This record gives sequence, structure tokens and C-alpha cells, in this order.
Amino acid sequence: MTSNKHRAPLSDPQARVRALEAVLSEKGLIDQKAIDTIIDHYENKVGPHLGAKVVARAWTEPDFRRHLLDDGPAAIAEMGLAGIEGTHVLIKENTPSVHNLVVCTLCSCYPWSVLGLPPSWYKSTPYRARAVREPRALLQEFGLTVADDVEVRVWDSNADLRYLVLPMQPRGTEDLAPDELAALVTRDAMIGTAIVSPPVE
Amino acid sequence: MDGVHDLGGMQNFGPVEREENEPVFHERWEGLVFAYTLASLGAGYCKVDELRRSNEIMPPAEYLAARYYEKWLFALESILKEKSVLTPDEIASGKSLRDDGFALPPISPEKALFAMTNPMPASLPIDVPPRFKQGDEIVARNITPNHHTRLPRYIRGRRGTVETDHGVFHLPDTNAHSGPEKPQHVYSVRFDARELWGEQAPARDSVYIDLFDDYLEPA
Repeated sequence: MTSNKHRAPLSDPQARVRALEAVLSEKGLIDQKAIDTIIDHYENKVGPHLGAKVVARAWTEPDFRRHLLDDGPAAIAEMGLAGIEGTHVLIKENTPSVHNLVVCTLCSCYPWSVLGLPPSWYKSTPYRARAVREPRALLQEFGLTVADDVEVRVWDSNADLRYLVLPMQPRGTEDLAPDELAALVTRDAMIGTAIVSPPVE
Repeated sequence: MDGVHDLGGMQNFGPVEREENEPVFHERWEGLVFAYTLASLGAGYCKVDELRRSNEIMPPAEYLAARYYEKWLFALESILKEKSVLTPDEIASGKSLRDDGFALPPISPEKALFAMTNPMPASLPIDVPPRFKQGDEIVARNITPNHHTRLPRYIRGRRGTVETDHGVFHLPDTNAHSGPEKPQHVYSVRFDARELWGEQAPARDSVYIDLFDDYLEPA
């Protein structure tokens, strides 16, 4: 095991990254265009709007819903939404008797290609520690009370599988078009810390 | 390793703090750490399992105090040193001090974009016999390895049920240490909340976790 217990405290990350940037560039070890492409992709291209499209389609196309639940990776790939940290994506369906919640207790695994990069709270120590032990208390803090007769299933994504929650479609939205439905679907509803609310009149 | 990263079930961390309208990266350095890490994976300097292992050897007090991308930075610097890409002096000074470091062609923008927008399967198309099948009762092995593992403390020694066989993947325990490859089945295993947390847990609740064959014994 590497011994690093007695070294000097770490300096400011900004300065360390500046040094890394300088030496990697000087040695020609990075292609700056690739670095810009990666940052742009996660800042501007992927995000919860993609997962919301998957959810809205599942709500409006029964055949797609079955396919998505049977073979999430194939359905996600067919929509052109697969990528690193978003290839083995399994979909967990909320029902009147089951509420699903996703966590990664060991690090911060998350389905990047359909939700973008995770919010800080998902990666935080309290969330990682508490989601598996006291999910109902945690959900209360998020403003969600799960009834006693509903099973809470927590998915600890600690291997190569990634999880996306398929929320229940709110009542009274059956006539909405897929893009109107997608606009109702939040990131938190696809992690399982929220449900989807009907549109505000 | 039973490090502080193995957080599942620990107590006294307080409420989950949420930030409204949070940016993807709070500062430029965070985006750079993220992108350099992906570029290092893409170029072939390291594997994800090695990065996780490097993240987990951060001293506990620093791990808990660090901002998220500080942990990534720690892991990235550790890997670049370990693979002899950069020396500690080069990382500290930001200057190239030798020409014989390990170097691979940098990942191109096209290759980066491809990896971010196409299936990148981690499953292995090889035939390995599964030791378990759906419905099998198992016990998670009670082991305390001093190497990287994805068998968290909170399920060790606990009884669960195999729900799904996900197929064959590399065992992170050896993959993170350049050890022998040990491709094996990964299963979704269901544990009752009461099996994990005792009688005060709601009777119907459960935790599902993905576990490698080596982590399991028949109940």
C-alpha cells in the first residue's frame, strides 16, 4: 500500500491544475481540442433533458416501455444515448407498490450519457452514507414521503451497471405530447429523490 | 480496503446539502481535472478501476474534507506518477524535467466524442460458468482485503437473494492492481433492509447491489 500519510498538506487545487496543464502541454501529452470537446460535451450537450426524453417516450409508447424495461442498454443505444458511464443502463420502474432510489456508496457512479454529470449532493458523504440505511428519512428531507405500504428499493450502483428510475406518469397528463411530458420530468425524479408532479395550471 | 470511501450505512454525516442551479463545473480547474482524467483513460494510461483505487488511498481526513474534483485530482496525479508519465517534481513545478517519461499519443477530439456518444461495453464476450442463478440464497463473504474492492462493508456476512445475472465483467479487485484478470459473473443481489440494519428498518424495504462471483458464498 502506498504510504502518503506523512507528506505535506495538499496545496490549492487551482495551482496544482495550472502546473499539470503546463507540464502536460509542454510534453505534448494532451490535445487541447479534445480537452475542450470533453468539457463542452458535459457542460452543454448531455444532461437530464436526455433522460427525460427516454421517460416521456416510455410513457407514450407501450412497446418502447417494454423494450426499455427488458433491455435498457439496447433501448438507450437505439436512441443514440449510450456512451461512457452510460452503456449498461438499467431502468427501474416506479409503481404504486415500489419506489426506487439510486446511489453509489463507494464513489459516484451515475448514468452520465442520459443524465449528465451528477449534482454535488449525489456525490456527497451524507447521501452516500444514508441512502442505503435510511432512505425514507432522506427522501423526507427531499420533500418526498413514501407511504408505509410502498417498498423502497435502493440501488447501490457499485459495479459497471448504471441505473435510471422510470417515474410514474402524473395523473391528468395522458393527453400531453411527448415533449410536453419530457418538460415535467426532473433529474431528481430519475434518481428517485422526487416524483413527477403534474403541470401547474 | 476498508477505507473512508466505503460510506454505505455510516452515520452522523448530517443532512444532504443541495445547491440550486448548480453548474456542471464550479471553476475551470474542475472541468480540466475531469477532462484530463477522461483523456488519460482514453489514451490508455490507466483503467477506471485503477483510478478508483488511487482515489481511495487518499488519507481519510483529506478525503472527507476535499471537494469532489480534488479527489479526482489526487487520483490523477497519483496515476501519472505511478505510470511514470510525470515525476513528482514535474507535477510540483509544472515543468518538463526529463524526456524519457512514459508517453502515449493523446486522445483526439474525434475519439473523445466517439467514446462519449457510443456504447462502451465493460461486459466481456467470454464464456465463464456462473456459480449462481436467479433465486439462489447467498451470503456476501466476510473479507477485509487490503486492496481495492467493490464489496462494501455494510453487506459483508449478510444473506441475500440473487435476482439477475448481468453477465461477465473484470473483477475490480485484481483489475485495479494490474493483477491477473479474473473475468466473472456479476449479479444483482437483493438484501432485505432488516437483514442489513436490524429490526428498526421497514420490513418491506430492500437494497439491491451488484456483486461479483468472488464476493459470494452459497447461504
